[in-house]
Formats: sequence, C-alpha cells, structure tokens
Amino acid sequence: MAELTYRDAVAAAIAQEMERDESVVFIGEDVGAAGGVFKATVGLLEKFGPTRVLDTPISEQAILGVAMGAAMTGMRPIAEIMFSDFFAVSWDLVANEIAKTRYMTNGQVTLPLVIRSGNGGGSRFGAQHSQSVENWAMAIPGLKVVAPSTPRDVMGLFAAAVRDPDPVLFFEHKSLYSLKGEVEDGEILDELGKAATRREGKDVTIVALAAMVPRALAAAEQLASEGVEATVIDLRSLVPLDVSAVAASIASTGHLVTVEENPRLCGWGAELSSIIAEENLFDLDGPIVRVTTPHVPLPAADTLEDAAMPSASRIVEGVRRSLA
Amino acid sequence: MSTIPDTKDSAEASVEQTVGWLSRMLLIRRFEERAEQLTLRGKIPGGVHPAVGQEATAVGVASVLTTADTVSAPHRGHHHALAKGMSPDRLMAELFGKATGVSGGRGGSMHLADFEIGFIGSNGIVGASVGVALGDAFAAHYRHEQRVAVAFFGDGGVNTGRTWEAVNLASAWKLPLVVVCENNLYAVETPTAEVTGGGSIVRRAEGFGVAAVSVDGQDVGEVREAASAAKKRALAGEGPTFIEARTYRYSGHGSGEGPGAYRTVDEIEQWRSSRDPIMRLRAALAKAGQITDDEYARLETEADREVDEAVRFAEESPWPDE
Repeated sequence: MAELTYRDAVAAAIAQEMERDESVVFIGEDVGAAGGVFKATVGLLEKFGPTRVLDTPISEQAILGVAMGAAMTGMRPIAEIMFSDFFAVSWDLVANEIAKTRYMTNGQVTLPLVIRSGNGGGSRFGAQHSQSVENWAMAIPGLKVVAPSTPRDVMGLFAAAVRDPDPVLFFEHKSLYSLKGEVEDGEILDELGKAATRREGKDVTIVALAAMVPRALAAAEQLASEGVEATVIDLRSLVPLDVSAVAASIASTGHLVTVEENPRLCGWGAELSSIIAEENLFDLDGPIVRVTTPHVPLPAADTLEDAAMPSASRIVEGVRRSLA
Repeated sequence: MSTIPDTKDSAEASVEQTVGWLSRMLLIRRFEERAEQLTLRGKIPGGVHPAVGQEATAVGVASVLTTADTVSAPHRGHHHALAKGMSPDRLMAELFGKATGVSGGRGGSMHLADFEIGFIGSNGIVGASVGVALGDAFAAHYRHEQRVAVAFFGDGGVNTGRTWEAVNLASAWKLPLVVVCENNLYAVETPTAEVTGGGSIVRRAEGFGVAAVSVDGQDVGEVREAASAAKKRALAGEGPTFIEARTYRYSGHGSGEGPGAYRTVDEIEQWRSSRDPIMRLRAALAKAGQITDDEYARLETEADREVDEAVRFAEESPWPDE
C-alpha cells in the first residue's frame, strides 16, 4: 500500500499499461518532455522513450486521427486532449469517427483507444478551460465515459479503459490532481460500469461523480450532524451507467439527489433521473432533486465560480428539498 | 473478380497489367453509371456520389499497392474501393442496404470498409480520410511494417484545417503516408479556384515540407508514376508525399443532380471528349497494337456482366436483422 496523489496515479496507470503491452503508445501536447501541463505524465518519456511517448503539435484533430487510425489497425493508443474544453476543437473525430466506426464497419474493427483529458472547474481558469463536458460524451452512442474520484480509481479504471475494446473518454478532474489516497501494490484493474458506495445511510441517496464526490461526502457529514443519514454513490463511469446500484439504494432510502458539475440542461443527472422515474417511481418518497452548475459559462472570479459550482451547502439544501 | 497485379518497385508495367487497369476503369464506370440509375429508381436509399470520370486516379494509385497497403477514402469513394479490390457484389449490396454488403447495410455508400483488402474506410466528413490514414501510417511506422497508407480526398478538403494538421504531423514524423487530392474543380457546386487562397494546392503542401506533385489525373500512367515514386519514398523512410491529381466528374456532386448551373454542359463535354481516362488508355493501347476493337468490346461486355451480377446479388440478398 502506498499513498499517491491523483496526479501520480495517472502516470503510474499509464506506465502499468505500457509495461504490459507493447501496442500501447501515448501521444499528446506537452505530454513527454514537459511531463504534461498538470504534471500528470512526468517520467513516462524517460521510461518508455520517444517512440512510445510522443509530443505532438497543438493539432487536436491530428492527435485523434493518429489515435483512431492506429487503433483501427491493431494498436492501443492513449491520446491526451489537454483540457476537455478542447474536445470541441476535435469533436468530429470523437463523435463522427471514433464513436461510429465499429458500428459503421459492421464490427470489422474495434477501436481500443483511450482519450484522457483534464476536466472540470474550480481552478479559476475561466469559461474555456473549466468545463465539465462528460455529458457531451455521454450523448454520443459508441463511447464509454469514465471519471474517477480517487487515486486508486484512476489506476483501476484507467487499466480497464486501456484494455477495453471500445473507445473510452477518461475524464480526470483538474481540481483532484493534488488529492492523496491509498493505492494498493501490484496491478490494479477494475471493471467499467460499477459504481462505488462511499458512505451508507438510510435516509437519502446522493449520486455524484469525480470532484462532486468529496463535496457530496462533505454534505453527508453535515447532514449527519442534523440526524439525516445519506448514502453517497460514486458513479465512476457514465457509460456504462450503473443504474442498478442507484435503483437498489433508492429502494431502501426512497430519495434521490444527483450532484452534477455539468451545466443543468441535459446533464447526466437528467438522464439518470428519467430512468429512475420511469423504472423505479414507486420506490420514491419525494421529488428527485438535481444539484447542478446553472446553465451558464463558468466565470473566472473565485467568488463567482464558487457560487456557480455545486457546494456542500447547496447539496445539503437539495437533500432537504427532497426530504421535505 | 481479378485483382490488379502488384508491382512494388517499378512504374514499368506489362501489357497484361495495363489492360487490367483499363478493365478496372471500365468496371468502375459501368458500376457508377448503374448505381446512379438505381438511386433514381429508388433501389439505393440515400443516393451516391458517382465518380464517373475519376476512374484513373483510383486505379493509377491502386496499381502500385499491395493488400498490406491501405486506402482511406472520402464520401466519393466507390472507385477507390473497387480499385483496391472490393467485390462489386458486396459493394452494390451495401449500397442497397443489404446484409451481404461490406458493412452489413450499416454503413451505406459513404461508409464502405473491407479490412481484408486494406480498404480501411470511406468517410462522410470532408477531410476525415486523411486523419485516419495518418493514424494507420503511424501504426505501420511504429511496427516497422513495410507498407504505406494512402488517403484520398477532394479539392473540397483542401480548405479544411484538419487536412493540413494531418499533413504537417506526417511530415514532422516522416510517416509512410501518401495523400492524394483528387481535384475535380468543384467543392459540391462551388468552383474551388474561387475560394482557395494562393491558387496552388501543391504549393500549400510544399509549405509543410512534403514532396508534392501535380499530375494529370485523367492519365492512369502519370498517376501511377507519381504513386510509385511516393511509395518508394515512404518505404525508404523519407516521409509523406502529396499528389494533386487533376480530374473531373461528369455527373453531379450527388446522384441525379444533373450538370447543375455552376458549370456548362460544354465544359463537361470537353472533358469527356478530349480527356476521358478510359478513352485515352484505350487509344494508347490500340496505337501500340496492344488491344483490338474486339478485345475492347469484350472488356466492356465483361464489365457489364460484372455489374449485372452485382445488381442481381444485391437484389437477391436478405435485409439486415433489426
């Protein structure tokens, strides 16, 4: 057992997979010599050399073109899109090419590639470097969407993503890079589509993802002092979506609150809520409440960004509304 | 269906090979003409982008490729697929949306693929074919495979940024990529010359440090020579080559569109009567005493028979399971 930061877990996860499989290569802007703008890939160039760790120009469409074409002919590339906001620059590759090729070729090929990206707000970077875009990815058939909340999960879910036959968008949360956590020794490999229950409580089910998980846990702590016991479920991936874990929890708590960093309209919680409303309505004893960032671009100023993103106190308030 | 004989190192070709190209071009012409008719008759859903007139670009390039070499194609891609050796039966069935199609009816005219013959996909997004081939060229380079990746795209793709992102990276990494721009003068209905700064496509490519050449795309021999040199360069580790093949489509951008208001019927007739790639190759072979009128007629009959058979196959094939 070792204590690793989320940032170091990224490098360790990439190294674990590159050591295991020669067909894994890693490409992106500033990922090699610079060790990544978030320093999450330090040491990989030294370890694996420039034929397997490649610095690219600022050409998102070329980066994903390399990953796609190489994956189609038998490699397992890992590509970095530095900030998830930049997916917009290369969205054709993601939405029209990578996501659809297995289907359009009638399964002649799979695309075993991972695109990892720094996602999310809280760093005061302004509206073009702070977005939570996991719900964009969730809307495209053919993609898997993963967003870990702990260093250990970075390792296990990343390994699963690399070994998956299909394209996986792997969202690392920028504000979690410094988070420390225990990581067991040896190979770590998880299964995609399994939620984790981070706290058990009988009164309400709070479902969160990535950086919203620690906030949901902080809210649960506060609620406990008021006598409300919350279950906190960390989804870990949006596609596959572990609906059954949420449904099972609702069956005992009767209340659902989702905590989403993405803007409100068409956020992942809307999808989850609609599934629960359709399939588990009679398990609910109160309204489903979604705590989200409002439908606005994220501001840069500290106070404004903090006001926009879901906070522990807003989550507590959401739980109270569901229980009222 | 016969395959075009491979010649790996030389642009020199035997009579048999040259007749093979003529026969393949005839097959493409007849296939495309029939596909357009079948679209108008409602047999092919969604329409096609016929490549009638552009046969020599595809056949000239494919004539230097082995099965290991790959081709990535744009939305107008039936000719590339047939030139690379795709079965006309399975291509036609795909256009019909049948289960026996190369993509099981899930792809359609713009999403053809047959990985067994190195045809790694046509693509509905302008410029995308170059990015896919870039990645495959990277894979070939990484694994030290002696093969090239070819990307076809059109003059419409000359003004989309992604094309040049791919050319730049292939140049920087010296990847075994051959980029072939089929310049048929019109981006859908817009004359490309009117919307292209600087005028010369080849000069743009040169700016990225790649070998670049412009050839007569209606001359299969000239296309082949350029492709052969490009392949040699790629296999020698000298990086990508950019080929502009000046060509022309006789049909509209899409099936059933007619000549359109953006060009004159005279212009189309000029290209047809004086520069047609099939006519020119036939004339060259005849002049050298390498093909008789009877032999040519037999090639035509054979092309018709293959297309008839493809239509029959498509008609009789089952629909995909839902």
